[in-house]
Amino acid sequence: MSAATPLQHPGINLGPAHPETEGKSGELLFGFWVFLMSDAIIFGLLFATYAVMLHARAGGPGPARLYDIKSAFIETAALLSSSFTYGMASLALKYGRRPGPLLCWLLATMCLGGLFLRLEVQDFITMLHQGAGPGRSGYLSAFFALVPLHGLHVTSGIIWMLAIIGQIARYGVDREVKLGLLRLGLFWHFLDIVWVVIFSFIYLGGLA
Amino acid sequence: MSPREHRCAGDHAEYRRELRQYLWGYGLAIPLTLLPFGLVRWLALPQHGLYLAIGICALLQIIVHFRFFLHINPPRQNVDDLHLIAFSGLLLFFMITGTIWILTSLAVRTG
Repeated sequence: MSAATPLQHPGINLGPAHPETEGKSGELLFGFWVFLMSDAIIFGLLFATYAVMLHARAGGPGPARLYDIKSAFIETAALLSSSFTYGMASLALKYGRRPGPLLCWLLATMCLGGLFLRLEVQDFITMLHQGAGPGRSGYLSAFFALVPLHGLHVTSGIIWMLAIIGQIARYGVDREVKLGLLRLGLFWHFLDIVWVVIFSFIYLGGLA
Repeated sequence: MSPREHRCAGDHAEYRRELRQYLWGYGLAIPLTLLPFGLVRWLALPQHGLYLAIGICALLQIIVHFRFFLHINPPRQNVDDLHLIAFSGLLLFFMITGTIWILTSLAVRTG
């Protein structure tokens, strides 16, 4: 069977069992992949800015005082698990006959994404209460340009997921829903990769 | 068109193969996350060793995510996607190293 599909697009390939998406998905996902790579450039430059500004503290607090390894760890666990549950949702889309399991996995992904956001916002509020807002120093401006931008991406991913669940409720799992889920999958897994870089270089690098 | 039963059996094997991919991805990403967090939490290495360990784990985890979650699988991949990844990687490399190099040099010279 795999010999029939020699060229694969990124993410899960629905294959011949979903003939309505064939021919269309490769082109759409390549376009979306272009967007993701340009988004990666934005994040990369914000990382470079952060690296340059790391010591521009203007007498303000530094990473060792502001970051909490426990909450960074729970956030990481939540987002990593949400990537896995999204993978299960993709499998339910590809092989499932009814939308039930697909919806359950999407809901699980949304809950984990929501937990991630809830903890991240709590971190930001704690920092603001310590007087460490984006206006405090160059270092904090760079931090608040980068990390909340990732959080905004996660928020938009959750909104997108809600919209797709609405589409499923209204129209069933049709072609547009399938193509949307394929693109959202790339987006969601991509955000997890950005988070790997954030927790490694910002949180762990700052606390090491 | 192949007979329906034939396709169902093929589907099942394909399903197990793809499920294994996600399980491998998750199973490899967990230790690659736990290890750097543990090392930093208990400061198990001198600082330079910690930076090195964090960097290596991050790189490996990024590769794992690309391979098992995004299914970037070079021999079977559409070559346009691979070109785009390589080109974006090159741009990122030039922009990030260039920014850090020039701005730290500027900071040293003016500071």
